[in-house]
Amino acid sequence: MAEISLDQVENRVDITDVVCPVTFVKAKVALEELDPGDLIAVHMNDGEPVQNVPRSIKEEGHQILKLVDNQDGTYDLIVRKGEEE
Amino acid sequence: MAFTNDQLERYSRHIILKEIGVKGQKRLLNGSVLIVGAGGLGAPVAEYLAAAGVGKIGVVDADCVDLSNLQRQIIHTTQDVGKPKVESAAETMRAINPDVEVHTYQEYLYSGNVMDIIKGYDFVIDGTDNFPAKFLINDACVLTKTAFCHAGVIRFQGQLITYVPGEGPCYRCVFKDPPPKGAVPTCREAGVIGAMVGVIGSLQAMEAVKYLTGAGELLTGSLLTYDALRNKFRKVKLPRDPNCAVCSDHPTITKPIDYEQAACDFDPKNPLN
Repeated sequence: MAEISLDQVENRVDITDVVCPVTFVKAKVALEELDPGDLIAVHMNDGEPVQNVPRSIKEEGHQILKLVDNQDGTYDLIVRKGEEE
Repeated sequence: MAFTNDQLERYSRHIILKEIGVKGQKRLLNGSVLIVGAGGLGAPVAEYLAAAGVGKIGVVDADCVDLSNLQRQIIHTTQDVGKPKVESAAETMRAINPDVEVHTYQEYLYSGNVMDIIKGYDFVIDGTDNFPAKFLINDACVLTKTAFCHAGVIRFQGQLITYVPGEGPCYRCVFKDPPPKGAVPTCREAGVIGAMVGVIGSLQAMEAVKYLTGAGELLTGSLLTYDALRNKFRKVKLPRDPNCAVCSDHPTITKPIDYEQAACDFDPKNPLN
């Protein structure tokens, strides 16, 4: 499987304008709008968000595909939405 | 409906919970609860449900805030003494959460208004202090097919049970008829610890939240009792009464009834009468 790039991801959510725990909450809300299998790029700041948000998203049953370092203090986490429980 | 960043922050501790999540919070925001009695039980229910973002909350109470209420009715403050309880409660709820639409009914619930008031609410909280009101709420909820949570508190003891149409017993299945006048003392005569109504009222708020969000199990078919002095919670399974006067297949009660209001004819000047 070819490595996925950000251009292939249709959905975006920016969580750089909020702080913990709303970072994860905002990502969770965005994921809820999608269908299982859909991709979304979660735009986040370095530091606490990068340390915690990917783990929390994984615990919710979603698949982490890639963490893109934008080299400007932000990251984009590419996530595939898991099946509904 | 999309959440604003403020709403995401306000409800973040709910949304994080798997059992609530975005869907559960939306259900709360679209849900409605009627609280009968803005007293000891109603106070924590009103505060927690307003804080939880229940979209529409109705409060029924004819009384005004009295100094003797403040020992347990924490939604009211010293400055509210003399003010209608529904007004005082509504002010606190709106201050807690402007998302909530509060409706006030400054009147006694009786057979003539109960059906109209209950109609339009998803869930009802019985936070009353007298048997006629408890039976009235039960019958009206059964007749309108509305889920509700009964609670009663006296001294150091409390109990609650939830009725959902078609599931488990109603209050009348368990208690049949109001006790004879004077057989059971009211809170005014018997006394009550403030934190007691806090415990039981908070459990009622929990039932409302679970009912609206669909999380977990409700207290349907079980009466939960709490004995504060012995630190004992008990969950007693209770069956439906197949011959219940109101919720059975052949009911004899088909419209709400007004029993004599024992709690209201209590004369504070002559407490032992």
